[in-house]
Amino acid sequence: MATSPINAQSNLFKEGVVAVENPTAVAKPEPRGDVGPGSLAEGLARIKRNLPTSTGPLVALLVLVVALTILSDTFLTLTNIFNIGQQVAVLAVCALGGTAVIILGGIDLSVGAVLGLSGAVVGYLYVQTGVPMVVAVLAGLVVGTTAGLVNGLMITYGRLPAFIATLAMMSVARGLALVLLQGKPLSGYPDSFRNLATYYLGGWIPSSVLIGAALFALGMVYFRWRPSGRALYAVGANYEVARLSGLPVHRLTMSVYAMAGLLAGVGGVLTTARLSSAQPTAGTGLELDVIAAVVIGGASLAGGYGSLLGTVVGVAIIGVLRNGLNLLNVSSFWQSVVIGSVIAVAVLAENLRRGRGKEST
Amino acid sequence: MRSTTSLKALAVAGIALLLAACGSGAPVTEGQDAETSAASDDITIGFSISTMQNPFFVSMDDGIKEAEEELGVTVIVSDAADDASKQANDVLNFISQGVDAVVLNPTDSDAIISSVQALNDANIPVITVDRRANGGEVVTHLGTDNVIAGEIAAKTLFDVLGGTGKVAILEGVPGASPTIDRQTGFDNTLKDYPDIEIVASQTANFQRSEGLSVGQNILQSQPDLTAFLAMNDEMALGAVEAIRSAGLEDQVKVIGIDGGDDAIRAVQDGQLVATIAQQSKLMGNESIKNALAVINGETLPAEQPVDVIVIDANNVSEYSK
Repeated sequence: MATSPINAQSNLFKEGVVAVENPTAVAKPEPRGDVGPGSLAEGLARIKRNLPTSTGPLVALLVLVVALTILSDTFLTLTNIFNIGQQVAVLAVCALGGTAVIILGGIDLSVGAVLGLSGAVVGYLYVQTGVPMVVAVLAGLVVGTTAGLVNGLMITYGRLPAFIATLAMMSVARGLALVLLQGKPLSGYPDSFRNLATYYLGGWIPSSVLIGAALFALGMVYFRWRPSGRALYAVGANYEVARLSGLPVHRLTMSVYAMAGLLAGVGGVLTTARLSSAQPTAGTGLELDVIAAVVIGGASLAGGYGSLLGTVVGVAIIGVLRNGLNLLNVSSFWQSVVIGSVIAVAVLAENLRRGRGKEST
Repeated sequence: MRSTTSLKALAVAGIALLLAACGSGAPVTEGQDAETSAASDDITIGFSISTMQNPFFVSMDDGIKEAEEELGVTVIVSDAADDASKQANDVLNFISQGVDAVVLNPTDSDAIISSVQALNDANIPVITVDRRANGGEVVTHLGTDNVIAGEIAAKTLFDVLGGTGKVAILEGVPGASPTIDRQTGFDNTLKDYPDIEIVASQTANFQRSEGLSVGQNILQSQPDLTAFLAMNDEMALGAVEAIRSAGLEDQVKVIGIDGGDDAIRAVQDGQLVATIAQQSKLMGNESIKNALAVINGETLPAEQPVDVIVIDANNVSEYSK
């Protein structure tokens, strides 16, 4: 499982899509600090670099799992593992889109708000106007996709920085969710809708986990084998080079943001189903969890780096940590400190492995 | 370069539109003095609400709108979005708009002090609602004590449990004043119930989705839990979902605070033991009436408690819609 990200990068070179592994390395042609040729340091650096991508976070995750297994007798049980899966399913689905956005060198601050809006649309249409659930769900997904597409349009043709475009969308989408639901949660759905997120297949596996896993499988196929999936890395690594090489950078950007919007829509539907309630504040702060998960997973906010397997590890770290802190009944004041520290350590570990510690990412 | 000029034009047009929209929403009342406005249709009251992203305050706003229609006054409501500095700016705007009185629903009891003093300096009377100001001159305070709401919630739940059991607390946003006050209320009641054991106390940030996740995790670590004591309805309803998923409806009881519509429905369905209603709509309504009374020169008591109501299976039919 850990081989894919490395292949992802080396395949790229074979295809000749990307001439540059790391844009910052080209900008600074001088040798990297203390790593002199033939030195011991170089040998160590080579070993570190040959470890699979996201080894750092994977080690962090394993340490967490072992520690929690020792500290709590309920942590390593099948029910708890699937509980965690259910708790992070929505984050995972959104982080799938977030990974593509960040590989592209962009950022999406609107995921949480678009999730809230899609959920609100589903709730409003079903409860207030009485359309069939299928139609309401599809409308929610369409709204999510549209929001993402608007993000893409603002970024490409409007030439807005992704940060600003999606910040604006965050505000608009959250506002529309509040308008639609008049600031109040809306409930009254059939049990079949709730089952979309909480049905236990075979009595064990929650449906939301299955949906998340299926979407990730599709995402991995796309990233590894579809030409446009490969091209994302090229655009993220160097936008101008990718554009001059004839890659349809605008179309790629728009489809990535639209896809992120669609996935936020899926997240909105799942959240509404899971709570049996459309919440105007659903997904508040989720964008930061998404960015954290993707970056913990080894992606660089500068673009061109990142892998879905890494993101899975990032999502798992966040989920396991929150769950474990609850199981251990750690004070809420300390939880915040612990979560922040683990995020920092996981990313530091990954940077050390890559020998990128001295460069800004 | 052509595109930059057209962008600029677009931006200007956008700003103009926005200004026009704002202008129509908030009537201009500059240069108007309190003593000239005897008729209530000339009176403007500023209401700074802590956040509109919470059903509790949305229904406070409903109460404000009712009073506005009833009394024929104009109320400018500004939403501080739980941001103390935005609230300070909102209050400054009220002063420059020359409102006749200001009702404050502080986001933070300490941070609001400077705003209260600014209003005092501008000779604009101040009323606080739901949360207090820890300084400055306030004519009257309307509100339910969150401490009392916490005490009553805990007492109602513990009595249903027969005075014994393993209880998990779902806390609100760490450090927020309702969290601190409701916790104080829980602690006060806990002293009278020696056989109630608090086996877990975790934050779910007043959110339903977190209430579900945290509730699930607590049920995992405390399989013989008998109840959730939640600091608001949203987290309580999240815990209800967690209990449903675990199939523990017969074992674990839940209580919430706030008296929201969803919670009332859950009481009716037997999923919640009760919800402790703080009458936010009534608070909003009364605060405007009080503001008008202050403008008309009436003297008011410094404290006006608004009762909490325990909505449980016995009286839920009176409150459900």
